[in-house]
Amino acid sequence: MRYAYYPGCSLTESAVEFDVSTRAVMEFLGVELVEIPDWTCCGASAAEPVSKLMNYVLPARNLAITEKELDGIDVIAPCSACYLNLLKVNREIIGNRTLHGRVNEVLAASGITYGGSVEVRHILDVFINDIGAKIIEQKVTDNLEGMKIAPYYGCQILRPYPVFDNPREPSSMTGILEGLGAEIHEWDHGNKCCGASLMMGHRDVALKSVAAILSDAEGADAIVTVCPLCQMNLEAYQSQAEKLGAKPVPILYLTQLMGMAFGLGDGAMLMEKNLTVSAEVRRDIANKVWSQSSQTADGEGVAEEKTENLSKGASHV
Amino acid sequence: MSEAVRETWTPAGDEYASVLAQLKDETSACMQCGTCTASCPNGFAMDVTPRAMWRMIQFGMLDEVFASHTFWMCSSCYTCTLRCPRGLKLTSVMASLKRLAMIRGGGEARKNGAFYSAFMENVEAHGRVQEMGMMSNYFFKRMDNPTLPFSFMPLGMKMMKKGKVHMPGGGQGGVLKPLFAKAREMEGMS
Repeated sequence: MRYAYYPGCSLTESAVEFDVSTRAVMEFLGVELVEIPDWTCCGASAAEPVSKLMNYVLPARNLAITEKELDGIDVIAPCSACYLNLLKVNREIIGNRTLHGRVNEVLAASGITYGGSVEVRHILDVFINDIGAKIIEQKVTDNLEGMKIAPYYGCQILRPYPVFDNPREPSSMTGILEGLGAEIHEWDHGNKCCGASLMMGHRDVALKSVAAILSDAEGADAIVTVCPLCQMNLEAYQSQAEKLGAKPVPILYLTQLMGMAFGLGDGAMLMEKNLTVSAEVRRDIANKVWSQSSQTADGEGVAEEKTENLSKGASHV
Repeated sequence: MSEAVRETWTPAGDEYASVLAQLKDETSACMQCGTCTASCPNGFAMDVTPRAMWRMIQFGMLDEVFASHTFWMCSSCYTCTLRCPRGLKLTSVMASLKRLAMIRGGGEARKNGAFYSAFMENVEAHGRVQEMGMMSNYFFKRMDNPTLPFSFMPLGMKMMKKGKVHMPGGGQGGVLKPLFAKAREMEGMS
């Protein structure tokens, strides 16, 4: 399996651990990622309020390069905003001859055009549909038994275009997390907004969203995200959200958690970069404290199983 | 009625007129059910509900629309767009309102649009967003709130300690400049 990889700007800076863990996990799963040569910003949600045309041109440039230089293989984007902006090009300009023409007229200023042949995929889509939760489960060496995870999907991979999940009740992470051995924290906030860039100018508004999400995650050992902005908002403002009643909780990228379960090590997953993953949390994950508490609870069961195995062995002999 | 209201605003150019025509087109099928308002996670912070906003656009009440700060509270979560029974692209309408307000100018628009402008200026200059440069430009544009940088300082320090921000420079240089110039020309903004 080979994909054109569009990391996006955040993954080169504040979300570097998302980039590193995505590349490592994909390689481990036998997926080849070819970074789009000379890729540029997709415009995130800042382009549309500034220029309608650039909102399409910015992502279209990256698809045009993929079409021309990488034979138009599927583009994979880990960031939700990048994913939606790239997807929007295919959904909104292809088939609209006027708009398509205008976008290509702008692209022509740097000698490229986009025909519309490149598929845009989110990593979660690739995990569940191209690789499959079963394969992921088979690759697990250090299962996360007993760890309770709240899957946070955010907005832009679900809405406005439902592609690989049900936006009202997203569940694409369930199979993966259960495959890793984790337990799912059932909650209502998996598809609620984190406030996104409102955190920049209207922090009081965004903080309310963050506090509601963190509060609903109470009881979970961690929240996993698939978007650098969700990750930032849920991680960086926890102490302020605490004033609104939220409890602090570690926030990890899904790919970091997968890497841990694949035994790739927390160093390789850049766990020290997460703002909410303290040395203590890393120790807990490494020592599998969550499975220990459940093992002691049904310690008898484990012992019985062992004797049974032994007797089986004996009968073979 | 709408004729009289229309005279109260001054079109600033082709882009303004075309955005307005597009806005009316995009909201004309609204049947005032209020699903958007009920779905909005930031509705509590809006002075005019999204539902009322669409009606005001239909009526051409642009002065009232731009006196409101409702559209600045949109965080692009697309819940209203997903749920609209008429299939209207409401999140995109909110973005168009932000764009139109920035073209009209004024203190509120400068303040609320500062992040978007800072972001796009950074993209135009470097090809990829460089967070530190972008944030400094944002703070520069937010002189109205001199304490704003301080509210980000603890986070900035943490990010630096974690080695998550680079010093500005390098990147893709001016690779996007011809595209920005061409788009400006086509959108009548040059």
